[in-house]
Amino acid sequence: MTPVLSLRNIHKTFGGITAIEDFSLDLHAGEVVALVGDNGAGKSTLIKIISGVHPPTSGEILLDGEPASIPDASIARERGIEVVYQDLALADQQPVYMNLFLGREPVKGPLRLLDRRRMIAETESLIKELDVRIPSVRATIRDLSGGQRQGVAIARATHWATKLVLLDEPTAALGVAETARVEATITALKARNLAILIISHSLDQVFRLSDRICVLRRGQQIGVRDTAQTDKNEVIAMITGLT
Amino acid sequence: MTAALPNRAVLQGLIVYAGFVLIFVFFSVMLWDRGFLTTTNLSNIVLQTAPATIMAFGLVFVLSAGEIDLSFGAIVALAAIVAATVMREYHWSIGLAAGIGTGALAGAVNGAIVAWARLPSFLVTLATMGIVAGLAREISNLQSIPVTQSTFIAIFGGGRLFGIPSLVLWTLAALVIGHIAYRETRFGAHVRAVGDNPRAALVSGIRVTRIRLAVLTLSGACAGFAGILYAGRVQSARYTLGESDLMTVIAAVIVGGTLLTGGRGSIPGALVGSLMMGMLSNGLILMGLSVSWQMMIKGLIVLVAVAVSLREPAR
Repeated sequence: MTPVLSLRNIHKTFGGITAIEDFSLDLHAGEVVALVGDNGAGKSTLIKIISGVHPPTSGEILLDGEPASIPDASIARERGIEVVYQDLALADQQPVYMNLFLGREPVKGPLRLLDRRRMIAETESLIKELDVRIPSVRATIRDLSGGQRQGVAIARATHWATKLVLLDEPTAALGVAETARVEATITALKARNLAILIISHSLDQVFRLSDRICVLRRGQQIGVRDTAQTDKNEVIAMITGLT
Repeated sequence: MTAALPNRAVLQGLIVYAGFVLIFVFFSVMLWDRGFLTTTNLSNIVLQTAPATIMAFGLVFVLSAGEIDLSFGAIVALAAIVAATVMREYHWSIGLAAGIGTGALAGAVNGAIVAWARLPSFLVTLATMGIVAGLAREISNLQSIPVTQSTFIAIFGGGRLFGIPSLVLWTLAALVIGHIAYRETRFGAHVRAVGDNPRAALVSGIRVTRIRLAVLTLSGACAGFAGILYAGRVQSARYTLGESDLMTVIAAVIVGGTLLTGGRGSIPGALVGSLMMGMLSNGLILMGLSVSWQMMIKGLIVLVAVAVSLREPAR
């Protein structure tokens, strides 16, 4: 099966400082890959390379087996790659359904007026499918809890992604119960046959969610393991470099 | 669940209507023998507030995008003077285009500096306010420029259509167009998104720079049109036009439920806010209060409105 995304020998330097050194990874549809590593290991840089924020210095990106360049974030979106940012990127004063369609609002009629009915209906069915528990799709984001907001952000990424969803620390700011809900939402994404790349500091979470684990240390790719065939001790040793 | 209750922003949006009714009842009782409730007086209030209402509509877009415009009052005078000067030589339609064009151009300059240089709009428009006010004085030589073209005066001043004063019709047209553009178009949605969370707007593919340029240009064009309405109503243009409107219009917009911090606003609220400020001026005059007192009372209202608009509820 052709991988949805292939990264081949990716290098990234920022003004002479190497952020990513020779990184290669294949992501397949319906699989969750966790990207782990200490602070400054290059995880966020890698997400930015894939989402078009910082194009790589050298190396190849393939989408569905075809060489692709992702020069900016809007190209990434057009190619079906969506990111859930650490700070969520939601507009707090707007209702849930407007956030779901932020920047991509459907219009109708000769006056090109907002098609609110369609936005509300599509948001409702998506929220139901992913089981994101919010009081109403008309609720304003600022009235939602942290977990509900994260649910909305993930639902938005899911709605627009056709290939790949990148999740940057999706549960970093959440309590235990809310983390469990968001993890349930992420598991529901697999059923949509998307590839998912998740950054997380919680190894427990990584072992609960992922199919494979990719370890970075100071910009170097230490290795990739099948989650079922490794354990925490091995992953921790890979992250820290201590045995 | 908080969402089951009417939320705070909705309540804030309703304050203006309550305030309007309250002030109306207050003056109706206090001034029952001094002609406040006559049709002539009430329709005068609407006619007098028409230019301020148009400016308020422009400002709703600016504030919603997270910016501010302090220069629109000065732009009113410049636009009126340019229109009146052009109309001495040319057809009134060219004067109209010149007036609105002047406003839009001044607004575009604000917008270009704010959008591309990323200087704070507060300081940029404070500076252009001075420049534009000076320019209006310079080109008019501190003189009044008479407007004599009768068609222009009928359309933008004292005329009527089906018995309805033209200034009322302009206000209604601006209300409908402004409200639809603000609430029901992608442009309006993007304006609110930019004011709400510029980073979210940017990563969602909204052209943030273009929105900032557009709202300030729109505010300038609205000020230009307000200048046209002033020129039509008083049949002359002078550098003093619009100079006292800055505080009134900001007050009208904030009282009308538009957040100073961006992301949320209301065009109908701005209309009611503007009518409320006009009614307040009118009532205070009828009560015999001097201009100095009116200024102080309006200032107090801005203070209260800002306090209500910006204070976060205790969570």
